[in-house]
Amino acid sequence: MEHTVLDFEKPIIELERRIADMRSYASVEKIDLADEITKLERKVERLRADIYSNLTRWQRVALARHPDRPYTLDYVDMMFTDWIEVHGDRHFGDDKAIVTGFASFGGRSVAIIGHQKGRDTNDRIFRNFGQPRPEGYRKALRIMHLAARRNLPIVTFIDTQGAYPGIGAEERGQAEAIAVNLREMAILPVPVVSLVIGEGGSGGALGIGVTNRIYALENSYYSVITPEGCASILWRTRDHAATAADAMKITARDLMEFNILDGIIEEPGGGAHRAPHLAAEGLSTTLEGAFNELCSLSADALIDQRIEKYANIGVYTE
Amino acid sequence: MGWFNKVRRSLGSGEKLDVPKGLWTKCDQCGEIIYRKELEAQFHICSKCGFHFRIGIDAYLEILTDGGFLEEFDSKIRSKDPLGFVDSKKYTDRLKAAQAKTGMMEAVRTGLVEIDGRQVILSVLDFSFLGGSMGSAVGEKIARATQRATELRLPLVIISSSGGARMQEGILSLMQLAKTSARLAELREAGLLFISVVTHPTTGGVTASFSMLGDVIVAEPGALIGFAGPRVIMETIGQELPEGFQRSEFLLEKGFIDIIALRSELKQTLTTLFNHLLNESETVPGPDPA
Ligand SMILES: [Zn+2]
Repeated sequence: MEHTVLDFEKPIIELERRIADMRSYASVEKIDLADEITKLERKVERLRADIYSNLTRWQRVALARHPDRPYTLDYVDMMFTDWIEVHGDRHFGDDKAIVTGFASFGGRSVAIIGHQKGRDTNDRIFRNFGQPRPEGYRKALRIMHLAARRNLPIVTFIDTQGAYPGIGAEERGQAEAIAVNLREMAILPVPVVSLVIGEGGSGGALGIGVTNRIYALENSYYSVITPEGCASILWRTRDHAATAADAMKITARDLMEFNILDGIIEEPGGGAHRAPHLAAEGLSTTLEGAFNELCSLSADALIDQRIEKYANIGVYTE
Repeated sequence: MGWFNKVRRSLGSGEKLDVPKGLWTKCDQCGEIIYRKELEAQFHICSKCGFHFRIGIDAYLEILTDGGFLEEFDSKIRSKDPLGFVDSKKYTDRLKAAQAKTGMMEAVRTGLVEIDGRQVILSVLDFSFLGGSMGSAVGEKIARATQRATELRLPLVIISSSGGARMQEGILSLMQLAKTSARLAELREAGLLFISVVTHPTTGGVTASFSMLGDVIVAEPGALIGFAGPRVIMETIGQELPEGFQRSEFLLEKGFIDIIALRSELKQTLTTLFNHLLNESETVPGPDPA
């Protein structure tokens, strides 16, 4: 499969290719190049540390959107067992941009809800580029209410550029669907945890994101509007997206500063797509910790904690 | 979200943002020249075509309430600049300009009012303050007013006009959607009534939170109401939008609002709904009108 290589990834990938070449050369020619290889490996480590500690916000957005980045169903596959997907909002249809279902996690059954993007062209279209319509949010709410009745904790995977801005979506009440989810998620009597794995695009992300705990992968972002959208309004051109990303301060690290996140989950060197299993391990450890803490709380305590969490977000004077 | 500028632009340059000062004014919709005093007496509705001019918070207080706020809440709450946001202007300068222009500290005022002798918690957004956009201060004021309604066991009315979440406060603005909706969840759990009044224009994060959560949703005629702004949708789908798309009449037809009420009938509409939907304990009598 052809992989996408971002500009700032290139020098690292080049070096890695040289190391691989050297290895195969050494083994074919049966000569000892161990010292040279170790030297190059150290060099690649240094280079990677150097590049990734100095990423701009806009470069992190590129990583969050990397076409090879693991999506919700990839993590479901790596982190859970006995996954069963369920479908449909019981009113209009089954939105493919949001997946819902149940699985086992650390010996307990959980409900899983997540935005889903597609990998190749057909799949991307099938998933509507991860942009849900109202029926996606209504399906998600149906499953959250079922989880509440069955006393299952809920995890949501956040990865969308935003809810779909289309005629049908408006006709079927995109705003109402999201608003109802915000209201109903606030009072779910079970633990709810969200994991931001890529893009946290505005109301479309928040529509499955009102939770007791929010954790984000290191190279994900969460924003009131996409950098391109903000740029086209305030700078009158999408070309200023990098400037808008800086102005809105949208990376995981920024979100920690604004007390939005409960934690940042480190990604493997080069980003989650370079070693998906390591990213999944980090998510699993965090999720297990969160569930262990939250599962001991009563329904009332969970609801109070959640409502207070959002009540405390905001910066103003009085 | 944060589309207030888009909405503003999509209205076209011909449409005035506020009722202009002066003796005479021109209707944005039909071009009729109307005597300003007459317009005021007619609820700022064009006598020829029925166009609803955009009006401010004071005008709504005058139209709907028995003498304005009995008590205004949290009037000192105002936005800070947590991001140090700068585009072509500094956010702090935009705030100062909006405060100077409107005489308000923020894009919403909240308080206790009486409507036909009934005590009601009322929040009114004003589009003329940074497009009625919701940042931390607006979210906090609406959340607190909602909480007071729950505590006092009074009905809640919110009058919306907003371009959505305020981009200049980034993620903090987005989270106000969750904050206000969570307080509405508590109000609803307490069995209390929330009536949402939606006016032109209301889009983005405000529709994706409290505006669309009314037990009853009342809209003024012809108001633009939607999640995504029309320009964003046009750019996404690459085609023109159907006539009347995202207007009050369209939403009524699609089943997302309950009632379209002329501004001149808004007070009576609320009173009739209160008569049917409020019970004795929620009807705190105001002072004797005699
Ligand atoms: Zn007219």
